[in-house]
Amino acid sequence: MSRYTVAFAGNPNTGKSTLFNLLTGLRQHTGNWAGKTVTTAEGEFTHNQHVYRAVDLPGTYSLYSNSADEEAARDYIIFEQPDVTLVVLDATSLERNLNLALQVLEITGRAVVCINLIDEARKLGIDINLKAIAEQLGVPVVAISARNQIGIGELLDQLERVATGAFTGKPLKITYSAEIEQGIAELLPLVEQTVGSHYPARWIALRLLDGDSSLLSSLKAHLETGTSPVPKEVARHGVPACH
Amino acid sequence: MAGAAIPLSEASNGSTLRISGIEVQGVLRRRLLDLGFVVGNAVEVLRRSPLGDPIAFRVSNTTIALRREESSLIYGEPVGGEGI
Repeated sequence: MSRYTVAFAGNPNTGKSTLFNLLTGLRQHTGNWAGKTVTTAEGEFTHNQHVYRAVDLPGTYSLYSNSADEEAARDYIIFEQPDVTLVVLDATSLERNLNLALQVLEITGRAVVCINLIDEARKLGIDINLKAIAEQLGVPVVAISARNQIGIGELLDQLERVATGAFTGKPLKITYSAEIEQGIAELLPLVEQTVGSHYPARWIALRLLDGDSSLLSSLKAHLETGTSPVPKEVARHGVPACH
Repeated sequence: MAGAAIPLSEASNGSTLRISGIEVQGVLRRRLLDLGFVVGNAVEVLRRSPLGDPIAFRVSNTTIALRREESSLIYGEPVGGEGI
């Protein structure tokens, strides 16, 4: 029996919290408004004698820190380094949702992509080629419906494969333009020297090229104290966030 | 029936445009890309606020409202819809 940590990432309104509640048996509130998950919720579930600590990250479109939510989600994946990051996607809006999946895969290959609301998509006549997506992304891809409990067993099996290391992902590596790749190549040794091999150096180099000052301050705080910065909790009772 | 590119803010309600350029810069540009305002993607103009601003757009199966400051910097070619 082992213990693993699974972080749940996903766009808002993908049923991420519904899946989280289904697996953990928690009654964390789910609802259809923006910025609902402002702090990370935690729960536990067991599958094949392995215990999983589930962490529900705020729903975000991106990890490029446009908001406190995105910073929280990004910092968790970078600094807490969960054993598996579960990326929950909305089957009816894959194009936009895959954006976040790509961003996660640039950080870590220890990921499972979970396409939720598959029953809704089928009703709309959307046919999803899971095998093709899995081959391109290089990590397991599972179609589920959290609400109607379709595909949950398969999802747990894939989570276990990634968590135990039985499956090692070869995540899609995006090659950028020559100019950007050269910038990355120049920064990479400096980044590795500064932050060590513990962090995704290529991704950090990319963010530096993009001038992501929020990541820089998080990194700085983390390196100085050896812990995550205090999560920026935002009280947002009924105040719609800008999505 | 694609026409010349116009700012999204100038498109009439009900029309559909294919995005051809985004002049917005910085964090907001990233944000718009995350939301589906990507070159080549189709955008439908849903409706306008009573004062004409902001305007609601349908992009990647989601409704997003943009102010004129942003929508006037996103260009698209009209490709159809009832508003043309």
